Amino acid sequence: MTNKDKVMRTFWTLLALTFVCFIINFPKEMPISFHFGKLNIEHTFYRPDFKFKIGEKEYGKDLDLKFGLDLAGGASLLFNIDTSTVKKEDISSALESLKSNIERRINLFGVSETNVQIVKQENEYRLKIELPGVENVSSAIKLIGTTAQLKFKGEIEIPPEATATATFNDVFAKDTGINGSNLSRASVQLNPNTSEPEVLLEFDNEGSKLFATATEELLNKRIAILLDGEPITYPPTVQTVISDGKAVISGSFDNKTARELAVQLNAGALPLQINLIQQSQIGATLGKDSINKGIFAGIVGLILVSIFMIGNYGKLGLIADIGLIIYGLITLALYRLIPITLTFPGVVGFILSIGMAVDSNILIFERMREEIRKGKNWNNAMELGFGRAWDTIKDANACTIITGLILLNPFNWTFLNTSGMVRGFAITLILGIIIGIFTGVVVTRNLLRVLAKEKIQK
Amino acid sequence: MKLRPLFLIISLFLIISSLLAIIFWQFKPSIDFIGGAVWEMNLPSSPNNSKIEEIFSKNNISNLIITNNETQYRLEFQDISSDQKNILDEAITILDQNYTELKFESLGPVLGKELLQKTITAIILSSFFLFLFIGSRFKDFTFGISAILAMFHDTFILVGAFSILGHFFGAELDSLFVTALLTTLSSSVHDTVVTFNRIRELKHQNFQMDWTTLANQGVTETLNRSINNSMTIIIMLLSLVILGGVTTKWFATALLIGVVCGTYSSIGVAIPLVLFFKKHQKKR
Repeated sequence: MTNKDKVMRTFWTLLALTFVCFIINFPKEMPISFHFGKLNIEHTFYRPDFKFKIGEKEYGKDLDLKFGLDLAGGASLLFNIDTSTVKKEDISSALESLKSNIERRINLFGVSETNVQIVKQENEYRLKIELPGVENVSSAIKLIGTTAQLKFKGEIEIPPEATATATFNDVFAKDTGINGSNLSRASVQLNPNTSEPEVLLEFDNEGSKLFATATEELLNKRIAILLDGEPITYPPTVQTVISDGKAVISGSFDNKTARELAVQLNAGALPLQINLIQQSQIGATLGKDSINKGIFAGIVGLILVSIFMIGNYGKLGLIADIGLIIYGLITLALYRLIPITLTFPGVVGFILSIGMAVDSNILIFERMREEIRKGKNWNNAMELGFGRAWDTIKDANACTIITGLILLNPFNWTFLNTSGMVRGFAITLILGIIIGIFTGVVVTRNLLRVLAKEKIQK
Repeated sequence: MKLRPLFLIISLFLIISSLLAIIFWQFKPSIDFIGGAVWEMNLPSSPNNSKIEEIFSKNNISNLIITNNETQYRLEFQDISSDQKNILDEAITILDQNYTELKFESLGPVLGKELLQKTITAIILSSFFLFLFIGSRFKDFTFGISAILAMFHDTFILVGAFSILGHFFGAELDSLFVTALLTTLSSSVHDTVVTFNRIRELKHQNFQMDWTTLANQGVTETLNRSINNSMTIIIMLLSLVILGGVTTKWFATALLIGVVCGTYSSIGVAIPLVLFFKKHQKKR
């Protein structure tokens, strides 16, 4: 009876799959306290971490569900980038340095999981910034839009007993009074002797004077150049007094890094002008409220659908409900594994897809009923029902996937929607349909076959 | 298909009332389409609306609309700069020390125009691909055309319904509505394909049978499935409309209207259209 063995093998595989998904969906920590008569169980379960090693490299994944800004709270900003000030061939490098500039500034803000994106919109470029958990969006906007802070700081003598604990800022504590506004321009040149690229700084009048004094005081000491509080290069040592207002930063530059630095310095601010065109901010309380209400609505709906299925199809309905639970487990596990950032429309997509997931089952069960009415026995009716319904399931779901893909816009076409909300909905809908077909056809069919086997034995 | 006259009356009624609603009441577009700002906040001291209006008029911000529900306030106004927002923030904090911001959104009118363009592009693209898909799957373009026309029927009614809902209950057209609209395209076609598939299968079995008889039998055989499946989706969406938060209420409502229309139109519009085309083909 190889056929039956096959059925059982699929059954055990599916059971294992369900178990794995169940583990993945397990909360990281789950304290259990259970008291019943003399039975006292108090134990905290921990989800095993998903980590493994191949050779030296360690792979890991944190399996927490990711929530979008609308659910977790936070701010999202959209800026228009003015590229008219740069030559066409320089746009892409300017955009690159704009992005790294902004990223550095946001890092100062101490927010994790920020997202900075350059979006091309026909002939325009836009800068999209997402700041999860940021409550005060105005200060973020200010920080992002302001001029970069370029500073020159001199090395001071550190007592020998303190050298071990001295930080970079302790060592370079002497303010030279020179800042970004004193710089008139920065450019890349090749060192005539070594022909290595270096960055040439030219100061304005005031800057030249300040720089002359600074180099005089700091002769044979090091001077640090800081951009937004971070050193841009290994602090060079002052070798001569520089009074002509021209300084050269040499070091381990290649053509690209030298250019990038020059662009950053040159702009004094951001390499490109940006204007805020959209801002939105969602408080964390609103998000939490939405999640709770959404989950509650989902559970109520799920229970009602389960009852509906049992009421309508009896034992078959029960099997469909088991399939539905497996569907839920697989979907949630995939959300964690891929990972998919859940937005509010995404949750709606998920809830909607639960409703759609039973569609395949209904199609199949209705077919089975017909075949049984025609006088086929239960077993044959089941196999025929699945076979006949498959064509329809395939065609009907293909249509939903077509629209889903247009909403998802996977190739980032600029003439289609690029909003995160709409995409969040599309991705959960598409995933839901694919998994729904799997559980509706493979899982329930297998469960029915196992059931059928029992029936024959009886 | 004895019910064809009835279907015609229902569909005509729905389409004409949608059309009239759109002409007379238009829509209530959200800031997603026209630009502007929405600010939702919680003010535990529940100050009088006029106090908030005063703050705004002092800062020369016009077109202020305030709606409130106990301590939750929702303000709508023109789009403002972040400096202006700061000033307003301070003023509101003075008004109510325990003020918490729930949501603030501000966007310029450029994006709205883009959204409209993108929506239309998406609808055209979806229709085109769905038409191609159905046409090639059934090797008969009368099916394709009928399915697409039924789909437009649903889309139009959904748009009309939102004109009515906007007029009476303040439902807004936003980017989520656009999503619901596009989902309706697919769910409408989804149901139609199921019914068409059955008719095609019957045609293979009984080659001589005329289209009307085929359609009748096909519809009777798939009716149970269509209703049962729609029921499950309706249950899910209804629980979202009733129990879900404010943010998704209209989104779920739009999806709900789309699903109900889609189920109806697969039987009430798509099939009669196929029969109409088939009759016409024979005459030629």
